[in-house]
Amino acid sequence: MDAEQTNNHETIIESTRGLPYLGIADVWEYRDLLFFLLWREIKGRYRQMALGPLWMIITPLGQMIVYSVLLGVVAHLPSEGIPYALFTYIGLLPWQFFANTTRQTADSLVNQKAIISKIYFPRLIIPLVSVLSGLVDFLASLVVLAIMMLFFRITPALTFIALPFFLLLATMLGLGIGLWLAGLNVKFRDTAIGLGFALEALRFLSPVVYSSSLIPERWQTLYHLNPLATVIEGFRWALLGVGAGPDWTAAWAVAIALLVLVSGAFYFRYTERTIVDIM
Amino acid sequence: MNTTAIRVENLSKMYRIVAKEQQPQTRAGTLKRAALSPIAYLSRTLSQPSEEEVFWALRDISFEVERGEVVGIIGPNGAGKSTLLKILSRITEPTNGRAVIKGRVGSLLEVGTGFHPELTGRENIFLNGTIMGMKRNEIQRKFDEIVDFSGVEKFIDTPVKRYSSGMYVRLAFAVAAHLEPDILIIDEVLAVGDVQFQKKCLGKMQDVSKTKERTVLFVSHNMDMIRALCRNCILLNRGIVLSHGETEKVMADYFQSFNKQKNLTFFEEKENPDLKLQILRGKIINKNDEPQERFDVFDKIILEFEYCVYREIPGTVVNFELKKNNTTIFLSFDTDTDIDMCYSRTPGLYRSRVELPCPLLKSGKYTITTNIGIANSCTHQRLEDILTFEVELYSKPSSLLSYADKRPGLLAVPLHWETKMVKDFS
Repeated sequence: MDAEQTNNHETIIESTRGLPYLGIADVWEYRDLLFFLLWREIKGRYRQMALGPLWMIITPLGQMIVYSVLLGVVAHLPSEGIPYALFTYIGLLPWQFFANTTRQTADSLVNQKAIISKIYFPRLIIPLVSVLSGLVDFLASLVVLAIMMLFFRITPALTFIALPFFLLLATMLGLGIGLWLAGLNVKFRDTAIGLGFALEALRFLSPVVYSSSLIPERWQTLYHLNPLATVIEGFRWALLGVGAGPDWTAAWAVAIALLVLVSGAFYFRYTERTIVDIM
Repeated sequence: MNTTAIRVENLSKMYRIVAKEQQPQTRAGTLKRAALSPIAYLSRTLSQPSEEEVFWALRDISFEVERGEVVGIIGPNGAGKSTLLKILSRITEPTNGRAVIKGRVGSLLEVGTGFHPELTGRENIFLNGTIMGMKRNEIQRKFDEIVDFSGVEKFIDTPVKRYSSGMYVRLAFAVAAHLEPDILIIDEVLAVGDVQFQKKCLGKMQDVSKTKERTVLFVSHNMDMIRALCRNCILLNRGIVLSHGETEKVMADYFQSFNKQKNLTFFEEKENPDLKLQILRGKIINKNDEPQERFDVFDKIILEFEYCVYREIPGTVVNFELKKNNTTIFLSFDTDTDIDMCYSRTPGLYRSRVELPCPLLKSGKYTITTNIGIANSCTHQRLEDILTFEVELYSKPSSLLSYADKRPGLLAVPLHWETKMVKDFS
């Protein structure tokens, strides 16, 4: 390492007053660590399992089958003329990604206590690793989607190039909420349990397993204040051409996502300063 | 050019502790408290700490360390040493005051931070190295050297969970030893590993600090190591700097203030299941099972330890050292009595009682140091001078006995003199 360069670098350690800076440059400086922690997360997770990384595909597939049988075959939920299995799978994709990201980010500080209390590095790395490992799972479940679309002989609409936008929206929401909860979770371990309930409720408040057209007209505006509804419908629109496409709800969702993410990042930085003391 | 590497100015750190609670007397009181506990918890966590909830781990300390200096930090348990290192390595922020540090800081509060048992040695070198702030290509460059230093090249592609604890520590330390920061902060980590490996690490550290002007802050309870490594020392006690200067002078201050302290006949450690084996309590008692700090030369002195085995590992031993004036008089392993204990210990809580040979110890102050570890390989837990007691001679007239203070000898052993007259002159 270029010791000459860093030799005169001065670090001032004192109690931060007021708004902390985000330290994005520090995170970039530690990008190698980000990579190896991600590696550890993914590789460590599937060690000593017979099926190993195949679980990344089996999990969403299994859920899709359960929902299809229960709600598509038994309850005959309408699915806008799309095979119900495909309809619900495309809803599950962003939902699972969002829910996992939120859950893992919220748990990240508590889970990595051993490292955090022994060594300094930009703490933002830890939730970022959770998000990235969630993205890896997401990409794996896209493989299943490709197979399903081949099976049902459905070509994706050209609008699918808009998919990254909705993925980004889901990432920002999951990470933002997770950042808010990560610090809180250290103080009150109740947070993780509460989050479980909240996500369960939100799952049914979002059009994951049903179409939002089931919602009565006068509730539609209220229903779409939930940015997750926009994300999930955006996925269906982008991939299948179902629905009207982004309107005011997209702008609203972007605003909410930005607000949650930026405030979450600042709150995270604020709690990170002395989080070790109460762990 | 300014040669100050670390400047600490009026640094303070406050911790919040849970104040002692009034225990409810009645069953109704207990119920009421249980029902109200969420509210009590919330108000306790969110409100400003009251006076008895405040604990100052560091109080307004200031000092400077020059570049290239190797400084030892000593002091009794709870003096604030670890808090100071945590602040300087940016793990937590100070409450007041500030520290200015020039150069890249590497801290070693624990070896093998972030090691994942399922990953191979190779992967863990990269993981651990980047956690400590190294760049990937930097590790790549030093990789062979690190593996060579650790001596585990045969197992480098084996998951570290298959490693022996000795190998694990060696690999972890090898990564740390190749960290090349301008300022290195070390907390007691050298206490692990076998003696030869310790020497190798010390050698490596000294090499680098000589050639590259590396500044080292070093916390240890091992006075020999401090003497060997550090020219200067800082003595902390109850969060303040008691003494700062040349090692010998600071150490003299330390033992002087230590000797004024009351004898410690009992200790209790916080449970830490990360240690596979841990001594939790220890006490010094007399023949009636009562704690006692002063003994007559002819009194029975009994040591009692309680230790917990959290996980079964073969080769563990428990021992203690008896020291007088910082010199070990003898050491005793529990496996001396029961060699089978060395092969396996079922998880559980154990109690050991040891009766010291009597009469043996002459008047003076003695300390007990306990160790738990793997035989011939590493130490998991070392509690230095954790118990102290005094021996005096008052039960018998001293002038006639070899036990008297003024007679030469560290120990006095009752030897049987067989004396016969072999020739009569009368």
